Amino acid sequence: MSTYPTTPSQTVGPYLHIGLPWPDGPFAVAEGTPGAVWIRGTVRDGAGEPVTDALVETWQADPDGRFDHPADPRGARAYPGLRAFGRCPTDGEGSYGILTLKPGTVPGPGGGQAPHIDVSVFARGMLNRVVTRLYFPEEETANAADPVLRAVGDRAARATLVAAAAPDGYRFDIRLQGEGETVFFDI
Amino acid sequence: MSTAPGARTGSGLYVPGYVRDHDTHPPLDYSDYNSTALRHPKRPLTLLPHTLTEVTSPVLGHERLGELDHDLTRQHEGEPQGQRIIVHGRVRDSDGAPVPHTLVEVWQANAAGRYRHTGDNWPAPLDPYFTGVGRTMTDGEGRYRFLTVRPGAYPWKNHRNAWRPAHIHFSLFGQAFTQRLVTQMYFPDDPLFFQDPMWNSVPDEEARERMVARFDYGSTEAEWALAYRWDIVLRGRGQTPFESEEEIVEDEE
Ligand SMILES: [Fe+2]
Repeated sequence: MSTYPTTPSQTVGPYLHIGLPWPDGPFAVAEGTPGAVWIRGTVRDGAGEPVTDALVETWQADPDGRFDHPADPRGARAYPGLRAFGRCPTDGEGSYGILTLKPGTVPGPGGGQAPHIDVSVFARGMLNRVVTRLYFPEEETANAADPVLRAVGDRAARATLVAAAAPDGYRFDIRLQGEGETVFFDI
Repeated sequence: MSTAPGARTGSGLYVPGYVRDHDTHPPLDYSDYNSTALRHPKRPLTLLPHTLTEVTSPVLGHERLGELDHDLTRQHEGEPQGQRIIVHGRVRDSDGAPVPHTLVEVWQANAAGRYRHTGDNWPAPLDPYFTGVGRTMTDGEGRYRFLTVRPGAYPWKNHRNAWRPAHIHFSLFGQAFTQRLVTQMYFPDDPLFFQDPMWNSVPDEEARERMVARFDYGSTEAEWALAYRWDIVLRGRGQTPFESEEEIVEDEE
């Protein structure tokens, strides 16, 4: 049981840009790494307008589906330059971009999980982050068996979690509210 | 799949989850804070079982830190205006365990209540000697410490004569994706709380008080700086080791 009650979340506010962006934030893997892909997208609000004061963060497994973290008892493989964490503020068009390696299959409830990336969005006007997941369009078979995707009953809603192929990687747009609203998770 | 220690047949690696602390946090839809109107999802959130992706997070080291990142009063040629303060405390999880070696990031307005940000143009002076951005890592016992100046209150346009109580923005990683927290630290007895939607958005009054640092006379430094102590609590595991994620999934269906 909890003995210490937790500290409440508060918004990042309008001035997140002075505190949170890192010069190397968008590079979840070092520039020039073979096989690296760009994940790009636009964050939009309930009116379809771009959100220009948001921060997108990503966290994922390595290409073998492992995590460089004590909670993963398998231990990590060596992927030089892979931080597996990306952080990018949205620009004047509401767009973000993160360079990374595609993750592998991750163990999960009832078997394996399809390759995926956990995504957090923070913004002015949001009192807490929202969390979603990015899945890959070419992983149709793994996606169909993924326990998290399967728990999203509505087919159109599920589609918001699957990125689109792009010339240099993938496109993953995030709609905070309204038409095509992204599926967000209770984390 | 993996046959590593901890694996369970047919269910992937066993992963104990983290407590879900919904009662602590403000709702995303909170009409008194006008900007939430178009920025909250209308569809209910989908329960995400905690898998390896959610119970891990980046292990960030001291290479992220500059030598003076923890001292906001020494980042320029001269000293910033304002009341010099120590802000320190401990980061724990809700089970009471310290959260060691985790990155703590802060940003704040200067003593006059103005941010060094192109979007902040209200008529208060910038301070050439104050950026208002700090970083540090907690030590092995979860302790952190910054030296800074007390930020001023500042106006905003949410409602008539709206003012934000003085605050410092905090960002924490913890040791798991589930523990990520961005919040604000407030000062005791601020007369502006009553009209602040950020403060009031936290539904439980006791939870609001957990955002307030306490004056810490014992940690003041004579003829140098006042001190405030603020302890931060992230989600813990708080779960018996026999509950499984499969049960959580089934609960949802
Ligand atoms: Fe602020």
